[in-house]
Amino acid sequence: MTEPADITLNVNDSEFRVRVEPRKTLADTLREDCRLTGTHLGCEHGVCGACTVLIDGEPVRSCLMFTVQCENVSIRTIESVANGDQLHPLQEQFCEQHALQCGFCTPGFIMLALGLLERNPSPDDDEIKEVLSSNLCRCTGYENIVKAVRATSEIMSGARESGQE
Amino acid sequence: MPYVGQSVRRKEDARLIRGEGIYVGDVRLDGMAHAAILRSPIAHGEITGIDVSEAKAQPTVIDVITAEDIRDVPKIPMRLTTYSELTEALQYPLAKDRVRYVGEPVAVVVAASRYEAEDALGLIEVEYEPLGIVIDAKQALETEVRLHDTVAHNVALRFVQECGDVESALAGSDEVIDETFYIHRHSGIPMETRGIVASFDPAGEMLTVWGVTKVVHFNRMVLADLLGLPPASIHFIETDVGGGFGVRGEFYPEDLLIPYLAKRIVRPIAWIEDRAEHLKATNHSREQWHRVRMGVTRNGRITALHDQLLNDHGAYIRTHGATVPSMSSAYMMGPYRIENYKCEAFCTLSNKTPAGTYRAPGRYEVTFVRERVIDLIARRLGMDPGEVRRVNLIPREEMPYETGLNAHGTQVVYDSGDYKRLLKESMDAFGYEDAKEFATEARATGRAVGVGMSFFVEKSGLGPWEYSRVEVDPHGRVAVFTGAADLGQGLETLLSQIVADEICADYDQVQVVHGNTDQIPYGRGSFASRASVMAGSASQTAARQARDKLVAIGAELLEVSPEDLSVAKGRVEVSGSPERSLSFGEIARNSEPGFTLPRGMTPGISEEAYFSVDRMVHPYGVNLALVEVNRDTGGVDIFRYLAAYDVGRSINPMLVDGQVVGGFAQGLGGALLEEFAYDSEGQPLSGSFMDYLLPTVSEMPPLDVLVTEHAPSPWNPLGIKGAGEGGTTAVGATLANAVCDALGITAEINRLPLTPERVKDLVRRCSGEPGLVQDEGRVLFPQIPGE
Repeated sequence: MTEPADITLNVNDSEFRVRVEPRKTLADTLREDCRLTGTHLGCEHGVCGACTVLIDGEPVRSCLMFTVQCENVSIRTIESVANGDQLHPLQEQFCEQHALQCGFCTPGFIMLALGLLERNPSPDDDEIKEVLSSNLCRCTGYENIVKAVRATSEIMSGARESGQE
Repeated sequence: MPYVGQSVRRKEDARLIRGEGIYVGDVRLDGMAHAAILRSPIAHGEITGIDVSEAKAQPTVIDVITAEDIRDVPKIPMRLTTYSELTEALQYPLAKDRVRYVGEPVAVVVAASRYEAEDALGLIEVEYEPLGIVIDAKQALETEVRLHDTVAHNVALRFVQECGDVESALAGSDEVIDETFYIHRHSGIPMETRGIVASFDPAGEMLTVWGVTKVVHFNRMVLADLLGLPPASIHFIETDVGGGFGVRGEFYPEDLLIPYLAKRIVRPIAWIEDRAEHLKATNHSREQWHRVRMGVTRNGRITALHDQLLNDHGAYIRTHGATVPSMSSAYMMGPYRIENYKCEAFCTLSNKTPAGTYRAPGRYEVTFVRERVIDLIARRLGMDPGEVRRVNLIPREEMPYETGLNAHGTQVVYDSGDYKRLLKESMDAFGYEDAKEFATEARATGRAVGVGMSFFVEKSGLGPWEYSRVEVDPHGRVAVFTGAADLGQGLETLLSQIVADEICADYDQVQVVHGNTDQIPYGRGSFASRASVMAGSASQTAARQARDKLVAIGAELLEVSPEDLSVAKGRVEVSGSPERSLSFGEIARNSEPGFTLPRGMTPGISEEAYFSVDRMVHPYGVNLALVEVNRDTGGVDIFRYLAAYDVGRSINPMLVDGQVVGGFAQGLGGALLEEFAYDSEGQPLSGSFMDYLLPTVSEMPPLDVLVTEHAPSPWNPLGIKGAGEGGTTAVGATLANAVCDALGITAEINRLPLTPERVKDLVRRCSGEPGLVQDEGRVLFPQIPGE
């Protein structure tokens, strides 16, 4: 079964109809066919996490998914996170805390952290670090990424409490 | 309030945080083809036959090339530290007749997609006649096998740096420490792999290349020479870059192959390195052997230092020439007053990936060696390690301090530094005495707890020059065109801060353009932590010139004399009469051709400046660590770590902090985790991130960063010293000293990395059992021919 297949993907609440070989990864399809280049490839072995996207709310290594596996799921990439000109609090905190330098690993970390915070808006430090240990960064040394996620959780759970969400 | 000195938010973030950065892999051109590279599967062999016919015959394949197709293209030249002897061992872009490392490019396939190009790689038939393997410097010196026919003993170069009379001084010393050390192969490993996209426009005879960075002007010249094209018909465009660390941006084989193919097939072409390739193809670094003899008085004063150093360059000399061992030989003395010194350095070759520079190149290595020796002295003399350091530090009064040595074609003179002050402040901030006490008590209960420290001198601000141009347009936008490059470190932000202050505009009014050879005529690039100092100083000068011109034209327009004007927030106003003012944009519009200008003035606001230096500047630092070694697992648990770094002056404290923390993480990886291992056949064992282990957040210890501004540099107007590397420099040294203190052994920590396997081995030998790890405790220094 090597013939290209016609697949409909639901990405960021939009439909993308693509024709891909079964061996083509979700990451490659997102980047090439959907023209969403914010999802990056750091290793293609599933170790670095730069390719992390959310599939039905769960962080997933898109370099280890075949496109043909991804019909009938809801895929979210970095491009969906901001609301027009308005950055998501997580993005805002990344900038505020200097949690990015070259920015290559950043979309993967944002999606990973978003998956965590949407599931648990008040993680403790241990849980934050355990989740973040899934992904690699070579520039920042991680400290500011942890600070940004922590600050965001405080904002998001505070907003929830005061009914602002 | 000036922007310089403030932790201003970065300009780069706006696009990067949305995933809107354009990295080379994101560049899409109509009809773009994709290249895949066939790489040697063996470490050393003659190529006895190549058959690409089956690959070429595939309907999906556009082209295939081998060395025969580029037989007239010369070897890739050196960029730095270019001794003529090294030219014997330079690399052709495709292996000619012989392969010398696993991963060496042998052929290139072009197809419509990367998937199809890789499919076709499997159809290329190459026959190899294996040759003997040279696996390391020891074997290199002893074997009959030569990697390059004209390079005897596989030693591409020998050079010496010295001052004073080291042999007499050693003979007259009260004590001599004589030790050998080994630092292992590891490297920068940025999260983004390399890539090149190239497109040739035959109508305009213009070759455009993306994916370039670091030293674009130099590399454009190299490409022009190798292809036989005029430089003006090559246009380099710098995209966003996913980290450099020294390894990205040098001229590699692919930097010739992909543009060559773009011209040959007259179709845009992309090559994006995958990680498996990267670990074999992108520069390795750090692999050195040292034999050190240090003489001291019985009071701990260093009298002499003699070092023999072998730097393993891998199979070829790359663009860095002898830079790494040169750095090592120049910075081995570090912050200490050592009047008798000799370093004899050898550039050796082996059948492994070629090596170049990586953050704090040559200095990570010698800091490890020297600071281990300092601790050995302390133990031998029964002195506190901090005290041994203190009595040997160069005093502040002796700055600028001439070391008598050379590096990067310049004399090494330490411009400024208050070393004793930083040592004291670091030790106080760390709580050194408390830490030692804690460690002693813990050891008494049987735990392996120890304290380690190190002091290092870094270098930055390498000249000889940098270019900047500042333009103001009729919308009042201030554009800075810099010859430096942005690798993710925040160059756009730093230059915006400096220029906004100097020209008196808002930070948001300033825009920085870099890496685009059409818009920037000259540049030396970003490497050796030079950008803040060089590009910053040049940009400051250009901004001042632009401001002066705005004032001169504004004075004419407002009919006052220039002395009556003040400049702030992008406006020029008559001092005390804010209603009589002009915006930068208005003045720029009025400076266009056709308007009346002051006599002798040319139209437009566009000011160029160069900043020139003939010496580097020297930040410096101290690291301290409190660790516990788990005797069962071999794990090293870092209770806390202090990284202190004096940078002269911080332009953006948040960015400096980020450089130190990020640099520390790399230094940590190098000390405990990362390693390029090879088997005896030269097969790389570190094929993916499963084997080459990078630190995650879990590996980061509680880290205190102490950035100080005790000693601004007297050699540039801003007083700054580039902060990019000092987070990394001393981590190997500090952790080795701490583990040694914890285990209570003397000479055994003489190699990195301190992996669990090796630490367990040390634990075994401490308790009198034989070692299990193949390399015995002491490093056996190779026999040097001619000794």
